[in-house]
Amino acid sequence: MSDMAWIDATLTAARPQVLGALLRYFRVLDAAEDAFQEACLRALKTWPVKGPPRDPAAWLIFVGRNFALDELRRRSKQTELPADEDMGTDEPEDTQTELAERLDASHYRDDILRLLFVCCHPELPASQQVALALRIVSGLTVKEIAHAFLVSESAMEQRITRAKARITAADVPFDTPGPPERAARLSAVSTMIYLLFNEGYSASGGNAHVRVPLCEEAIRLSRLLLRLFPSEAEIMGLNALLLIQHARASARLDADNNIVLLEDQDRSLWDRGLIAEGLALVEKALRHHRPGPYQVQAAIAAVHAQAASAAQTDWAEIDRLYQILEVLQPSPVVTLNRAVAVSKLSGPAEALAMIEPLAAKLSGYFYFWGLKGALLTQLNRAEDARTAFDKAISLANTAAEAAHIRLHLDRLQKDSAPNQTVT
Amino acid sequence: MLYSILCYESEALAAGRTKQEDDAMMVRIRNVQQKLKVEGKLGPVARLMPTTTATHIRAGKDPMVVDGPFAETKEQLLGFYVLDCPSLEEAIEAAKDLAREKPHGTLEIRPIAVFNAVGPSK
Repeated sequence: MSDMAWIDATLTAARPQVLGALLRYFRVLDAAEDAFQEACLRALKTWPVKGPPRDPAAWLIFVGRNFALDELRRRSKQTELPADEDMGTDEPEDTQTELAERLDASHYRDDILRLLFVCCHPELPASQQVALALRIVSGLTVKEIAHAFLVSESAMEQRITRAKARITAADVPFDTPGPPERAARLSAVSTMIYLLFNEGYSASGGNAHVRVPLCEEAIRLSRLLLRLFPSEAEIMGLNALLLIQHARASARLDADNNIVLLEDQDRSLWDRGLIAEGLALVEKALRHHRPGPYQVQAAIAAVHAQAASAAQTDWAEIDRLYQILEVLQPSPVVTLNRAVAVSKLSGPAEALAMIEPLAAKLSGYFYFWGLKGALLTQLNRAEDARTAFDKAISLANTAAEAAHIRLHLDRLQKDSAPNQTVT
Repeated sequence: MLYSILCYESEALAAGRTKQEDDAMMVRIRNVQQKLKVEGKLGPVARLMPTTTATHIRAGKDPMVVDGPFAETKEQLLGFYVLDCPSLEEAIEAAKDLAREKPHGTLEIRPIAVFNAVGPSK
């Protein structure tokens, strides 16, 4: 890595911790962000000359805090300042390791948690939580986030500003929450990371069906969360689920950006390193005997990842895991997914009977009609299949989804063509 | 004399490398390894999985199993094992057997991501 690339990577890696500490001092997101920004600018000026500090995060916190204090002093002599902890001069010497250690050990976890909790405040709708986390915790620019969500920059700017305003209005307590509150907020953070990943994994609009940077950012955040809560089985499960799903990224689309279904994917393209890491985490989580939805979903992904070929998939195990998931997190979508396993185990008729009662709840769901069409095709009910596929196309979220269904329709067309040559 | 070389780096930084950067670095590192191998100096090489996959065990008569990496800076790395076990559970049992024979210290179990078992030729 070149000097500049190294500094850039260091600033990104240090961001949650530094911003979290600055938020502890100043209790206002904008003030903390300004201070962080200034500290980064000074790092870019100072580090290439003096060499990198031993503890970059402590350096940035120190410089950012002093900058913000100077700002406050400059603006109003009357402003009551946060208690000064006798932090010395403008820039820390590298020999001040005592300072570095004090910052590190005592606040690291609480600072990052506060930052995550603020972004996942219950008063914010999910779309704002995700946007705010990408801006505040991950440090993506508004332009990058707007691009990822396929909205205009000004719309995204507005979304983030509105989220910040809500947080200010809600008078979010910046103290670290107690255990019960913490558990609830932790689950909100997990959900936010999961949504962020899904946004990247199955983009909700436009041409790009997979947006890798969002998936990678979600994985980075889930690892961060797991480091803060190393014994939480569900966070191991979440991290494992994202790793195993993401391992298939390069096999999920072909050269022409067409969707390749799991059973047709070239398994040699799967990232074995990510899968191995995911499997290690699943195993670690299962030792706790505290099953949860993320762990079960990770276990299902693990069964697929371990099958040498689609034909060798252990569908009975997948069916069993989906039954557990139906208990832990009852939802028509879970039943729909289990129907796929049932179709492999007991045939399309049984699976179709299973999903038909879901029609009322899932009539606006792309995958429901896609699966129904596929099952009807297997049952040689071409006309009904066509109706289902037409419905699916009308509900497709991306061009790739629509193209995939059109492929099914073309096949139906070919099969029913009168001059078709039977082989 | 046999020597071990232990690799330390900020995990967040290492994870921040793109696949291309990482692959390029590994090519350069493998060239160095190749040179050492030709010289008959290279023993086993391992790349560990991230610390999020770690479990550690406090030594003593009744060893305690804890999730996560060993983070205490007041104890120093004094040795290591490489075990081939079919499950994490068995690796933990093996580590507990070892831990019971030691009055102090910690054993950290970390899955190995990449292992090259070449032994030194002399």
